[in-house]
Amino acid sequence: MTNSPTVVLEAKNLVKRYGSVTAINGADFELRAGEVLAVIGDNGAGKSSLIKALSGALVPDSGEIRMDGEPVRFRTTLDARHHGIETVYQDLAVIPALDIASNVFLGRELRKKGFLGTVLRQLDKPRMRAESMQHLTDLKIGVKSATQAVETLSGGQRQGVAVVRSAAFGKRVIIMDEPTAALGVRESGMVMDLIRQIRERGLPVILISHDMPHVFEVADRIHVHRLGKRTAVVDPKVRSMAEVVALMTGALEPSEEEKNGGA
Amino acid sequence: MTTRTDTISPAPPRTRRDWTWVARQPLVGPLAALILAVVVFSIGSPRFLSPYNLSLIGQQSIVIGILAVAQTIVILTAGIDLSIGAIAVLGTIVMAKTVQSAGGVGALLIALVVCVAVGAINGSLASFLRLPPFIVTLGTFTAVAAASQLYAGSATYPVTDPLLTFFGQDFGIGAWRTTLGVGLLVVVYAVTFYVLNQTAGGKHVYAVGGNPTAARFTGIKINRTLLMVYIMTGVIAMIAAWAALGRIPNADPNAYQTANLDTITAVVIGGTSLFGGRGSVVGTLIGTLIVGVLRNGLTLIGVDNLYQNIATGVLVILAVAFDQIARRRTQ
Repeated sequence: MTNSPTVVLEAKNLVKRYGSVTAINGADFELRAGEVLAVIGDNGAGKSSLIKALSGALVPDSGEIRMDGEPVRFRTTLDARHHGIETVYQDLAVIPALDIASNVFLGRELRKKGFLGTVLRQLDKPRMRAESMQHLTDLKIGVKSATQAVETLSGGQRQGVAVVRSAAFGKRVIIMDEPTAALGVRESGMVMDLIRQIRERGLPVILISHDMPHVFEVADRIHVHRLGKRTAVVDPKVRSMAEVVALMTGALEPSEEEKNGGA
Repeated sequence: MTTRTDTISPAPPRTRRDWTWVARQPLVGPLAALILAVVVFSIGSPRFLSPYNLSLIGQQSIVIGILAVAQTIVILTAGIDLSIGAIAVLGTIVMAKTVQSAGGVGALLIALVVCVAVGAINGSLASFLRLPPFIVTLGTFTAVAAASQLYAGSATYPVTDPLLTFFGQDFGIGAWRTTLGVGLLVVVYAVTFYVLNQTAGGKHVYAVGGNPTAARFTGIKINRTLLMVYIMTGVIAMIAAWAALGRIPNADPNAYQTANLDTITAVVIGGTSLFGGRGSVVGTLIGTLIVGVLRNGLTLIGVDNLYQNIATGVLVILAVAFDQIARRRTQ
């Protein structure tokens, strides 16, 4: 490779201890522009702690996180969001009784201009509906109207609303934490499509998943987490699923290049 | 790598006959019940639909109706407030006892501070300490009711101050006359409806009750939302206390003993879910009117007060059963 790829988000030597338990043990991380990076690891390998550190849900004891090469400190998830990092959680983080537009803009509502908005604090519902519908259409999620209550949607559509919320506001990085864990086969496939569409728009995606076929379907690179740190970054076109599982459990040693973060 | 071209389409049409759509039109049931009650009683008693009687139903609904607004907001957050009626009673006594020295405006302000303080205590315990609202408000109910008795010296205080009894005044057009208290009831509902449906704060109330985890992930400050909700119950309790002195110009520590539970009755009959995140003040207004119409109508056709209680009780259980079954069906 002649020109080195642009790194959007990286972490060096992160450590997080809870008493005698070390959740993150000197972990490195690197996300490049426009890629889908899968993060996999056995239960207890510490991948969720790593992701929490990157999304601001956890403050590491030591180590460094950089965005575009600049050191950043996330003390809360809001800090990470201000840097353009949005997270989609596995358990369909939507409010069932509220409509789609309210869900998409939840916590970031748009208010009307002038007296109605500043003094009476009235929401600009037409604009929120129109923008929600635009985002939904962009990601090919077919709903009739943004005024539909989310509870009337299927599981895949609900996750679609959660993804739209992140894609609409995530300016730099989208983190998806087991986005298909609560979904059926067909609906999981739709979420995989959403991930591809987000990548096509140029946003890098971090995908945490247990589902190897999904990972191999969409990931450009695979970050393998083991014993609290990154053990390898592999190319899914080079390694087979069986080999990746072996790397994950320690049955197989990664190559030097993979150890150092891949090509 | 292939990319699917189909879009995420709406859920497949239901094949089996399904009535859960009724659950998604939450006002249909309560409204039908209200209309049914009005029709039955207007047939049963010629006096029922008279302007005087309709105004009476309105006036009898003022205090519980206003308090039920506060109860609705609390229940929307999946909480419950057992102390709301007791706070209002304390408010009436504070007004009555301070009006001599502080004047009408001063008495209202002191009562507002007291009511908001109790609401803030409820809210702090329910949010920052994460205690169950049922227990917190049971505790404040007991303490506040006792405080009212102590402060009143177990006596009652007639109120003559024109500002404190302001909402007892008449207004109206022709034969249709009612008190300003009924107008106040309508205003409290309208303002709350606006806040819940047209502002971000209102949406956050639904979010905190509907899915607190998701609410936190989207950056909503749950504790602050809950605290604000309980502070608002204090404000509304003070307004209800003011309206109560307009209706009966006498502050009595033994008044409105059943108000706490009556507000829950109105909210539940109005279709708001006790599990939080689902419901509206419009439903609560209908619920309040159903209870008001039922009691008034049964009195007119000569049914004993105790039978009225039985009818109300059955209605509450039916309403909750309906909510439960609808929830199970939609999940």
